[in-house]
Amino acid sequence: MNGRATNRRAPFLKVYAALVFIFIYLPVVVLILYSFNRDGVGGFPPRHLTLDWYRQLFGDAPIWDAVVNSLIVAAGSVALSLTLGLLAALALDRANFPGKALFRRLVLLPLILPGIITGLSLLMFAVFVGAQLSLFTVFLGHGTALISVATTELFAGLQKMDRAQEEASLDLGATPWQTFWRITLPNLKLSLIAAGLLIFTLSMDEIAVTFFLIGRDNTLPLEIWGRLRRGITPEINAVSTLIFAVSVGLIVIWYRVRAGVLGGEAQELLERP
Amino acid sequence: MSSPSSNAQDRLSAAPGALLEVRGVAKRFGAREVLKDISLNIASGEFLTLLGESGSGKTTLLRLVAGFEQPAAGEIWMSGERLDTLPPYERRVNTVFQHYALFPHLSVRDNVAYGLRVKKTSAAEIGGRVEEALRMVKMEEYGDCRPSKLSGGQQQRVALSRALVNRPLLLLLDEPLSALDANLRKQMQSELKALQRELGITFLFVTHDQEEAMALSDRVALLRDGALEQVASPREIYAHPATAYTAQFIGQTNLLRGEIMHGAAKCGSLQWPADGPSGAAIFSLRPEAIALASDGVTLSGTARFRAAVQQQFFSGASELLEVNCGGGQLLRVRVSARGPLSGEHEFVFSIADAIRVKE
Amino acid sequence: MYSRAYKMFVSVPPLLWVGLFLLLPYALMFAHSFWAVRDGVIVHQWNLYNYATLFSKPVYIEVLLRTMRIAVSVTVCSLLLGYPLAYYLSFHAGARKELLYQLVIVPLWVSYLVRGYAWKTILGSEGVLNGFLQYLHLTHEPVAFLLYSPFAVVLMLTHIYTPFVFLPIYAALEHIPRPLVEASQDLGAGSLQTFLRVILPLSIPGLLAGATFAFVLSLGDFLAPLLVGGASGTMIANVVQSLFGAAFDWPLGAAISVCILILTISLLFLSERLEKRWSFK
Repeated sequence: MNGRATNRRAPFLKVYAALVFIFIYLPVVVLILYSFNRDGVGGFPPRHLTLDWYRQLFGDAPIWDAVVNSLIVAAGSVALSLTLGLLAALALDRANFPGKALFRRLVLLPLILPGIITGLSLLMFAVFVGAQLSLFTVFLGHGTALISVATTELFAGLQKMDRAQEEASLDLGATPWQTFWRITLPNLKLSLIAAGLLIFTLSMDEIAVTFFLIGRDNTLPLEIWGRLRRGITPEINAVSTLIFAVSVGLIVIWYRVRAGVLGGEAQELLERP
Repeated sequence: MSSPSSNAQDRLSAAPGALLEVRGVAKRFGAREVLKDISLNIASGEFLTLLGESGSGKTTLLRLVAGFEQPAAGEIWMSGERLDTLPPYERRVNTVFQHYALFPHLSVRDNVAYGLRVKKTSAAEIGGRVEEALRMVKMEEYGDCRPSKLSGGQQQRVALSRALVNRPLLLLLDEPLSALDANLRKQMQSELKALQRELGITFLFVTHDQEEAMALSDRVALLRDGALEQVASPREIYAHPATAYTAQFIGQTNLLRGEIMHGAAKCGSLQWPADGPSGAAIFSLRPEAIALASDGVTLSGTARFRAAVQQQFFSGASELLEVNCGGGQLLRVRVSARGPLSGEHEFVFSIADAIRVKE
Repeated sequence: MYSRAYKMFVSVPPLLWVGLFLLLPYALMFAHSFWAVRDGVIVHQWNLYNYATLFSKPVYIEVLLRTMRIAVSVTVCSLLLGYPLAYYLSFHAGARKELLYQLVIVPLWVSYLVRGYAWKTILGSEGVLNGFLQYLHLTHEPVAFLLYSPFAVVLMLTHIYTPFVFLPIYAALEHIPRPLVEASQDLGAGSLQTFLRVILPLSIPGLLAGATFAFVLSLGDFLAPLLVGGASGTMIANVVQSLFGAAFDWPLGAAISVCILILTISLLFLSERLEKRWSFK
């Protein structure tokens, strides 16, 4: 046998994989390209590159209002989901209570079910309690639906943690409350950041649930959605490109943070005497 | 129910210096009985080792004293006060964990200071005590390092110092040396022993390594399947094992099964005068207690037998011989190094070295 | 090690919240499906009329079947794209594996709407693809069926869900110990045989997870049809949406939702059982 099994050549597969990559990236590339096109969307190839659409975008007040609304809702959702998710993760890891299995599945449902079902259910609930639809209802919807993102991530983090550390803390005289703040939370730092970033991104992009809980103030996706229904303007391309840039930026930040936390440890491992 | 005990243990447990009293403690995990009616006293300043195989319950007993488990029955007392009803952070007991459990996000100094900080000790006092604790384990140069930067041996010292800085009445050590390689282990054993002597703190040490237990302890408590098999000093437990299990677990031995009849013990082709009631009997005879007759050491009160050398294992200063006494009876004999032996030889042992043990 | 109070403190709040904001709403949805609408008002009159309508009126059945077809197509296409990609990355990408993996993940972070909108601009009769085809003189007129058709919906959803399908398959493939592959080859099996006999069976849990995810989410998608589906590409979720909107019949909409819910849960349950059967520890 020549060489290792995993390094055998497979030119067909390589080409195929490349094509799949192109398929995944093509639409976004086209979008970005045409955001600079003077003649808007359509035709090929794009001529007359311009920044006009971006200029128009920056003067577009409703869009920026929507951005602010989205940010507020996202920030709130992160706080709510992380708090409840952390408690849920601790409960799943350490406590036994009736209905534990049901709880675990129930909490996962909003992630797996089509958003329309969760959205409509929450709408019915809102009507049932007589609540006014607004950014607050959107915030509650996102926060609730995204709890399981936090729970999953934090639960994994708890499992990876060395349980003996908490025992050591208690052994040394710290109360459970002190142990939680001094030992448990710092160990979950990476999981908290990962979950937070993910919840933030998902909330910013959320449409299906938001669709049914929105009041008078729009979030960004719904603002764009509304305009799309009325007809395409390349300004949408511009805002989409910006969203893409921010997403990529967040990913880069995330990898920097993760590398910083993990890489430091890895580096120390390498430097060990 | 009383466990087989020696005179030494009785002396110590009655002494007023008993720091820790375990009274009839039992523990269950589901249907499994992990500890059955354990009663044990530890004297102040003593180095006591809980020795046993995995599953014997030694770690569980340690965790009961630390406070991470609750006894299903029985009580634990320390210094005349009830201990098992207190949570771990209220006990004057500290633990050195098997894999150290150092806090990765804190420096060495902060790790050691942890117990003092959570009890709101003054910063000035913390500084002094931490330095002293680090010096005790020779880690004062590493105060600002992160645990992940340290080797296993260094981490172990930090764990030790982190526990000791709190001046506990009792220090628990959960197989702290098992993760170290052989040479480092020997070195740490010697340091631990010296430290314990110097500080005078009571040590409760858990290990499955009987050599380690013998080397370090004032007394050894051998656990088997959740019950105390024997509690005695290392010399006592080695020279006078109470049961066959103990004889085999501690050091090497030959278990001779046979019977006593008409004032003589007869095990296979070995025979020697023995007292005691007639009936089936088991004897423990250590390999080093048997010598080659040709070596010329003749004492009174000896017994002889002939056997053929089947296998020979050289180990530097000595040889271990596997000899066949006939009829499938194999014995092990340890003699000083002398080059290859073969054929039949005559062997001799002192009758007093054939210890009668229970099953 | 954890006191009763601690355990209660961590389990009660999330339990209460989830009970109130998830269990109760889903239960309400369930209840609504058994009610009716009279004269524009929802009446709490318990009946099975909604379910009967759903399964007897041809228009609903037709949409339901179309939705199923679309969902199956999306799942199959996503697998056909995602599996080879995952396989390539896991077994052939060598040093660049980590980087390529990140590159596959990046689109997941990009807004669903953005990606859907991109397809709209590409597929339209004035769109990029048509322009491209005309530029190359392959066609002289805009090709109509590209946009506002089930084809467009499948295309868009495949694009969205291929990375979702990729993830669990990649994870499963990475978990296969390489010595197994080497052992297979050592025993005389070539690449294809090794793949069919060793790699594929061991990757089935990941495959099932990804496929279930893609299928279930495609089934209930209502945005893609609205963007690129047109009249011929309507899916069952759009019907639900209109029943909660202009067509005001919440009970019927709830009934359809409950059916989707039950279907989803059954599929998840089935998938989980199959995954267990096919996972070898």
